Amino acid sequence: MTPPRRDQPQSLIALWRNPVARAWIYQIAILLAVGLGAHTLFQNTRRNLEEKDTVSGFAYLANEASFGIGEILPVPVLEGGLIHLLIAIVAGLFLVFLLSRWQKRRGSTIGADTRLVIVVFILLFGVPLAVLFYSGDTIRAIHYTEANSYGVALMVGLLNTFKVSLIGCVLATLLGLFLGISRLSSNWLVAKLSETYIEIVRNIPLLVQLFFVYIAVLRTLPQPENSLRFFDVAILNNRGLYLPSPIPQDFANLFMLSIAATLTGIYFWRRHVKQRQDRTGEQLPFFLPSVAALVAVSGLVWLIFGTPFQLEYAELRGFNFVGGLELSPEFTAMLISLTLYTAAFIAEIVRSGIQAVSKGQREAAQSLGLRGGQTLRLIVLPQAMRVMIPPLTSQFLNLTKNSSLGTAIGFAEVVNISGTIINQSGQAIEPIALTMVIYLTFSLSISMLMNWYNAKMRLVER
Amino acid sequence: MKSNVMIVVAFIVGAVLAYLVLSFTGSEPATTQEEATAPGLLETIVSRGELKCGVSGTLPGFASLNSSGEMVGFDVDFCKATAAAIGVGLSIEALTAKERFTALQSGRVDVLYRNTTWTMSRDVKLGLDFHGVNYYDGQGFMVRKDGKIKNAKDMDGATVCVDTGTTTELNLADYFRSNGMKYKPVVFEGADKARAAYEAGRCDVHTTDASGLAGQRSALKNPNDHIILPEIISKEPLGPVTVHGDNKWGDVVRWVLNVLVVAEEKGITQSNVEQMAGSSKDPEVQRMLGKTGTFGADLGLSKDWAVKAIPSGGNYGEIFERNIGKSTPLKLDRGLNQLWSKGGLLYAPPIR
Repeated sequence: MTPPRRDQPQSLIALWRNPVARAWIYQIAILLAVGLGAHTLFQNTRRNLEEKDTVSGFAYLANEASFGIGEILPVPVLEGGLIHLLIAIVAGLFLVFLLSRWQKRRGSTIGADTRLVIVVFILLFGVPLAVLFYSGDTIRAIHYTEANSYGVALMVGLLNTFKVSLIGCVLATLLGLFLGISRLSSNWLVAKLSETYIEIVRNIPLLVQLFFVYIAVLRTLPQPENSLRFFDVAILNNRGLYLPSPIPQDFANLFMLSIAATLTGIYFWRRHVKQRQDRTGEQLPFFLPSVAALVAVSGLVWLIFGTPFQLEYAELRGFNFVGGLELSPEFTAMLISLTLYTAAFIAEIVRSGIQAVSKGQREAAQSLGLRGGQTLRLIVLPQAMRVMIPPLTSQFLNLTKNSSLGTAIGFAEVVNISGTIINQSGQAIEPIALTMVIYLTFSLSISMLMNWYNAKMRLVER
Repeated sequence: MKSNVMIVVAFIVGAVLAYLVLSFTGSEPATTQEEATAPGLLETIVSRGELKCGVSGTLPGFASLNSSGEMVGFDVDFCKATAAAIGVGLSIEALTAKERFTALQSGRVDVLYRNTTWTMSRDVKLGLDFHGVNYYDGQGFMVRKDGKIKNAKDMDGATVCVDTGTTTELNLADYFRSNGMKYKPVVFEGADKARAAYEAGRCDVHTTDASGLAGQRSALKNPNDHIILPEIISKEPLGPVTVHGDNKWGDVVRWVLNVLVVAEEKGITQSNVEQMAGSSKDPEVQRMLGKTGTFGADLGLSKDWAVKAIPSGGNYGEIFERNIGKSTPLKLDRGLNQLWSKGGLLYAPPIR
């Protein structure tokens, strides 16, 4: 890596000729320039603020917000049970990481040893669940009111951004996968429909689509009194979409645990099926037994202990529907337009990924007797994933950052809230800096996660 | 591995050097500070030949585009009078409630005539100076005529559309909190967006200052389907704002506003100002219109500053009637904005 070392330089010219020394000098010079630039910017800002007699610093975060927010998620407080839970999760992840390093050094993987897989399961799920069981009662959340601080208000915005981004990424991926595959369909109509969708949606700015979904659709929806009802389950009006929400009963935890246990069982059954197939080529049934086990276990628990969840329906009380699960028009418009828009881009990524898999692979699969669906699932998509992941990461980043457009339609995400804070507290620079840090954290976390996934999916060269 | 070590060492050395350099330059800013404050805003405006005035731009009656694309309204007329008094051109900037203070602090505009409520925190904390009141307002509520809300106490549980970054947003929260009622705010950036959402039926109630509501109502498709509730829940003295500390520029803004009010008191109008300047026997009018005294020069303006200011839009009463008065779609009553001598709150200090 390093260039061959020479003797110690005798003069300044010799020092300059030395590539190592030169590299150092460059680095230091650039660092100095950047440092000076940052310093000038900082000093200049501070001076200007002082001159204008405005307040600065982050003390405003503790002041009372005294403005209302329409869309509120409970903000968990970092104390008691939550700290225990976080410690359990982080410790579990760290131990699993160490375990995988250790296995790698031995030239093996965790997946090769069933006992290790069980250990990983316990570390990642068992221990946090146990912690939740013992100290779950001490987890506390703040329900934002006007009397809370600017800091809590910002957290509410952050959670709203997180909510719409997370759900948006999942939905956009599913829709994009579907669209991308249909675009390559041999069915002319399906392929053309998909192409038309992609070309239209991809070429209209997101903000325009957002306004269209929000204003144009909202205007056509009825007032709460004349809501559209779908079998009394979903209620749609210009105040939002209302769905029944499950209210956990006494044995809900037990019910959830039994489902988790069954899923774990299914996972190990799948391992077993796969190992058996690898060894002997014999295919054991997987899908039907899994579904049957899930239905049987959950049904049995349901029968013995009674209904785990009671559905709560929204009712019209006063001006609006109360109760149930409420999706506000702002959130729904945001989610729909982010999903539709990003899905069009993901579809193209999926298409390029599939087309990057050489035709020979597909032909080989067909000549081995695999059916169309199997070829796609077992041969093409796993190889296409390798090509798709890096551009997919950037689409997820885009989606998260685009959620800041929510401010245009009054969705209470982080830019909207910090905009309000800027105006009500009168401090502009600190809230904007904070917003940038928040988005940077979001983006870097997504990148990190996707890079890890990329490294895992990468062709393992032996 | 070796190159990593090199990078780390380079960073440390660089950081130390940077710190040393910075600690030498750190003491310097004191001198540049004095230079920065030296030319006042008034001189800058005169040498620029243009006054940059920040208005709302989306509030009919106060500042909005007319059919020929010009910005017109009550607030715009005060901008025009100020520019005319200085004798410079005028450039109007439409600002959202959220942008306005940052725009003022960063020098994008010289003065705000943007229905801005004078509050203590804005005055003492934001580095702003308020120069009187050009409209005494209060927060009101607009609802649908055929809806369930007949007075403000019926609003429990209602959804309310509101413009972000306003005192309205805070008063709203206070009002519902103090009355033990619940509400759901939907917060928009820009009064026009809040209005569009209210019109689309997203909200039961639209709230802003009562004068603003009158303007918003006039811009709705069927203004007669909507009423403004009689309850007023706050004090909203709206007035011109400049950055804190530039007193000379502040004086100009304050006295242009005052002179328009005094002009109404003295019966000086758009049409008779030239004639009054020549023939009035009233010593206060003579001082005001520059026939006697040195008020123009004292402000840093020309002698006939008031004679130039008044023709642009007339006196306070004329500006009011033309933009938001009885003959306009807003149909606002003078109410609190009547002269003190006629039962209102308008009371300009004497020109003496």
